Amino acid sequence: MIKAILIFNNHGKPRLSKFYEHYTEDTEQQIIRETFHLVSKRDENICNFLEGGLLIGGSENKLIYRHYATLYFVFCVDSSESELGILDLIQVFVETLDKCFENVCELDLIFHMDKVHNILAEMVMGGMVLETNMSEIITQAEAHNKMEKSEAGIAGAPARAVSAVKNMNLPEMPKNINIGDISIKVPNLPSFK
Amino acid sequence: MPAVSKGDGMRGLAVFISDIRNCKSKEAEIKRINKELANIRSKFKGDKALDGYSKKKYVCKLLFIFLLGHDIDFGHMEAVNLLSSNKYTEKQIGYLFISVLVNSNSELIRLINNAIKNDLSSRNPTFMCLALHCIANVGSREMAEAFAGEIPRILVAGDTMDSVKQSAALCLLRLYKTSPDLVLMGEWTSRVVHLLNDQHMGVVTAAISLITCLSQKNPDEFKTCVSLAVSRLSRIVSSASTDLQDYTYYFVPAPWLSCKLLRLLQCYPPPEDGAVKGRLVECLETILNKAQEPPKSKKVQHSNAKNAILFEAISLIIHYDSEPNLLVRACNQLGQFLQHRETNLRYLALESMCTLASSEFSHEAVKTHIETVINALKTERDVSVRQRAADLLYAMCDRSNAKQIVAEMLSYLETADYSIREEMVLKVAILAEKYAVDYSWYVDTILNLIRIAGDYVSEEVWYRVIQIVINRDDVQGYAAKTVFEALQAPACHENMVKVGGYILGEFGNLIAGDPRSSPLVQFNLLHSKFHLCSVPTRALLLSAYIKFINLFPETKSTIQEVLRSDSQIRNSDVELQQRAVEYLKLSSIASTDVLATVLEEMPPFPERESSILAKLKKKKGPGAVSVNELEEGKREGGELNGGGERGDNSAIAASNASTPSPSADLLGLRTGPPVTAAAPSAGSLLVDVFSEAGVNDDGFLRDLEPPTESSDSLLAEGPGDSDSAPPSVVSEDPATPLPESNELLNKFVCKNNGVLFENQLLQIGIKSEYRQNLGRMYLFYGNKTSVQFITFTTTVTCPGELQSQLNVQSKPVEPLIEGGAQVQQVINIECLTDFSDAPLLNIKFRYGGALQNLTLKLPVTINKFFQPTEMASHDFFQRWKQLSLPQQEAQKIFKANHAMDTEVLKAKLLGLGMALLENVDPNPENFVCAGVIQTKAQQVGSLLRLEPNAQAQSGEQMYRLTVRSSKDTVSKRLCELLAEQF
Repeated sequence: MIKAILIFNNHGKPRLSKFYEHYTEDTEQQIIRETFHLVSKRDENICNFLEGGLLIGGSENKLIYRHYATLYFVFCVDSSESELGILDLIQVFVETLDKCFENVCELDLIFHMDKVHNILAEMVMGGMVLETNMSEIITQAEAHNKMEKSEAGIAGAPARAVSAVKNMNLPEMPKNINIGDISIKVPNLPSFK
Repeated sequence: MPAVSKGDGMRGLAVFISDIRNCKSKEAEIKRINKELANIRSKFKGDKALDGYSKKKYVCKLLFIFLLGHDIDFGHMEAVNLLSSNKYTEKQIGYLFISVLVNSNSELIRLINNAIKNDLSSRNPTFMCLALHCIANVGSREMAEAFAGEIPRILVAGDTMDSVKQSAALCLLRLYKTSPDLVLMGEWTSRVVHLLNDQHMGVVTAAISLITCLSQKNPDEFKTCVSLAVSRLSRIVSSASTDLQDYTYYFVPAPWLSCKLLRLLQCYPPPEDGAVKGRLVECLETILNKAQEPPKSKKVQHSNAKNAILFEAISLIIHYDSEPNLLVRACNQLGQFLQHRETNLRYLALESMCTLASSEFSHEAVKTHIETVINALKTERDVSVRQRAADLLYAMCDRSNAKQIVAEMLSYLETADYSIREEMVLKVAILAEKYAVDYSWYVDTILNLIRIAGDYVSEEVWYRVIQIVINRDDVQGYAAKTVFEALQAPACHENMVKVGGYILGEFGNLIAGDPRSSPLVQFNLLHSKFHLCSVPTRALLLSAYIKFINLFPETKSTIQEVLRSDSQIRNSDVELQQRAVEYLKLSSIASTDVLATVLEEMPPFPERESSILAKLKKKKGPGAVSVNELEEGKREGGELNGGGERGDNSAIAASNASTPSPSADLLGLRTGPPVTAAAPSAGSLLVDVFSEAGVNDDGFLRDLEPPTESSDSLLAEGPGDSDSAPPSVVSEDPATPLPESNELLNKFVCKNNGVLFENQLLQIGIKSEYRQNLGRMYLFYGNKTSVQFITFTTTVTCPGELQSQLNVQSKPVEPLIEGGAQVQQVINIECLTDFSDAPLLNIKFRYGGALQNLTLKLPVTINKFFQPTEMASHDFFQRWKQLSLPQQEAQKIFKANHAMDTEVLKAKLLGLGMALLENVDPNPENFVCAGVIQTKAQQVGSLLRLEPNAQAQSGEQMYRLTVRSSKDTVSKRLCELLAEQF
């Protein structure tokens, strides 16, 4: 079972947190910090698995993570999951985000938190994997998007706000943080060899 | 077209997020957030009804604030209201808010349940999915109660959309996990299992998680899933890389599902049906074969997915553990991965090999990789991988490679990551003990462990080395020498000081012969560490010092000087001060005999599971300091006084272990019960033993009672158990002594002081002294309960002919003993002529209304009246020849009950009261003694010869005991008494 899915950036700022077991809000924040601490101090090009922090159950659980540009994607899973399988799942998740957001970057996750949650919900439910087929996931996301559009019909103004934000001067990260040059299937990312 | 166009966000939200991101400080961020929270709160509370768009915007803001780690304590109601909206957008954001922010204890669950119910019956698949997601996310018991009946129906209904089926399967799984009693699969079982055959791979993907979980809990009901899983797996494995279209991931067909199918099969033993099994073996072989094929893509994802399946297949092969051919292939494959350039694969290979190592088919095959694994431990950059390598070394360790592996692990420890040191230390300690062939290697290993990673050596580890040293006499001298050498280091770890203090305190005498480690040198060495140590270690060292006084009388004045110094006797720490005061007093007032009894060598620990293993099971280890040790005695010695029983235990244990320990002797006879080992309960006895000399009663008592539990628990037991506890002990007929009283008697043949008897109510201690044909015995009756004993009377009688042989007078004893109190009785004994029986002591009292009545034998034996006689070899043999009448000699040949240890034997023979004659017997292994028994009527000269035979037939250890004396009854009686002692 997947116990938690966490996304945070290189500075430990959480960008998405989804817990499939109940923790208090304080503990959740501590788990995020602890996990960031564990993962961020690791070199690139070493293995993608490590034992979970104490708060999330210690060695009962494993942290399986990938580091893409500015973001860490961390899945905390118990022993019933295949480590390599989860790595693939992370890849599917990121590729899906990349397709849905067209060259996804950290800002997309920030400004479209609800969408990211929806996409994740198409893949993982209650800690178990619902669907691994990327086109199926994207189809669902598109369908929801269409429904939203037809209901709202207001789109123009906010779009400008977002682009304005995106062009703002953001000191702590490069402005254009594409996941890769050709969408996500790039071999030159740090976590791949 | 992208699924999410970037322009459709909400302006207010975007502005708020940008504001937050531009905040220069944490304070500014909090200020901005509080402003926003106030704004949202007022909007929610305001009169104007909010439209869906605004609600969504605010909820999104709240989610963002929550993600940043701020508590959200409102908005839940608004979110619940959104659920009943007909618009997807609003409903969806409401559910999102609830899934992130509402926990299973929320009071809103009832309202949420209503909304879910509506959505489930809406027949709108999108809404149904949202509702199912919500149930799966919250998963509370109320939700299980409301929907556990409905969801299986949705899952198996023919007209349910695939996407809804997927959600329903996982939703049901979640409810099953939280409330298994509410999810009744009965009628649905077969239809759920058949979801494995579903056309839609997504449905199979979701259903297999459900089926796996259900199979783990009810394997029999779901066992039909095995053949279905095998056929599904077979179809996937044999399909071309394009057959499964979208479920093909980087040219690997349905890797996720394959993994899950292989996991499901691991819930069951190998299929019984030959056809199914054949098909499965074929699948596994195909998977293994594919690993050798050239990759279809250079992308890492391709090999990743392929290997994910491969590792699961290997897990299944290891799980079956029945196909030697497959096991060997699996082992070879893992061997290849051990040297793969991908760190992930090396990690997983090490992990899988750990399980493979426990299979008898492959244990040897795994062992062939030992060099690679050791190399991994040394060279891997990644601590996770090194840790797996250490695990594997631990798993593959056996007698043949233990020394190598332990050495490698020790050397790795010097540079190991702090995070795994403690675990490594435990593993080294366990392996060293488990595979120790010679115990000097074990001692070296543990001392090295302390030297290298002292901080990580937990108490259990060093307790254990002490237990083993105490129980194995063959290693004691070596241990003493080794710790002595280790302590020479200018800076040694405190744990080393503890072990050193303990071992030298017990066995320092074994190396004291060498002038380089003479008693004073040992003491000075220990004392040089004293001031750098923490309080518990210093306390232990003080105990070691007092033991030194007993072992080496020549150190007495030096040690007393140390104890007397202000830094000890006025130490601000109560424990240290108390020990200093009491040990000082003890050393100055107690006679050598008393000192020797109190400070006797520790009895062997009962054989038991390693305390280190126990630590892994979170149990408390045994005591270390003598004071803790006492606790043990108490734990063991429930009914009798601890000693007797421990003696038995360890005697059995020793024979089991086939390396009998000589110190087992000590137990049976001299040590076990007496003052030290039985202390917590004997505490009160001690008070009296020493009270004449003015030792601070309370202090000594407290010192010997480790934690509070000792007396409390005994007291607590008392009244409640009063009916059930004593019957075995109370005999109806006052004339019949307790069945065990002979045994009790035997314990006192070679000693004069100790605990005679103990049950849950009463403890009887004895202190006695004999001169010529007279003896005086002090009996101490201790009330162990909190209730007073009334009409307490004791009578001493001499049955039968004993009446004319012994003259026994007892002074009356107080008829009332308060709870926890102790009374004393003096008995005067005069030996008129030689005797064989023992006087009986009958005790009657009322405890809580019930009459207690018990009879014991008083340990008055003929040897008590011995007067030692020194004589030269020539004289001895002359007298020996003089006593040559057949009836003057009594002889017994008997098996050793305890291991043979010269020192122990000597101590016992001295305790007997005769003179132990050195250099008399031409064979130095033999012992000869001489003494005269003083009775009023006559003096009976006695000579004794004890011949140990350590290698008699069939390896049994035997003794031949010969006693000659001028009176036949004396020879016979002495022989009887002594045959029980060795």
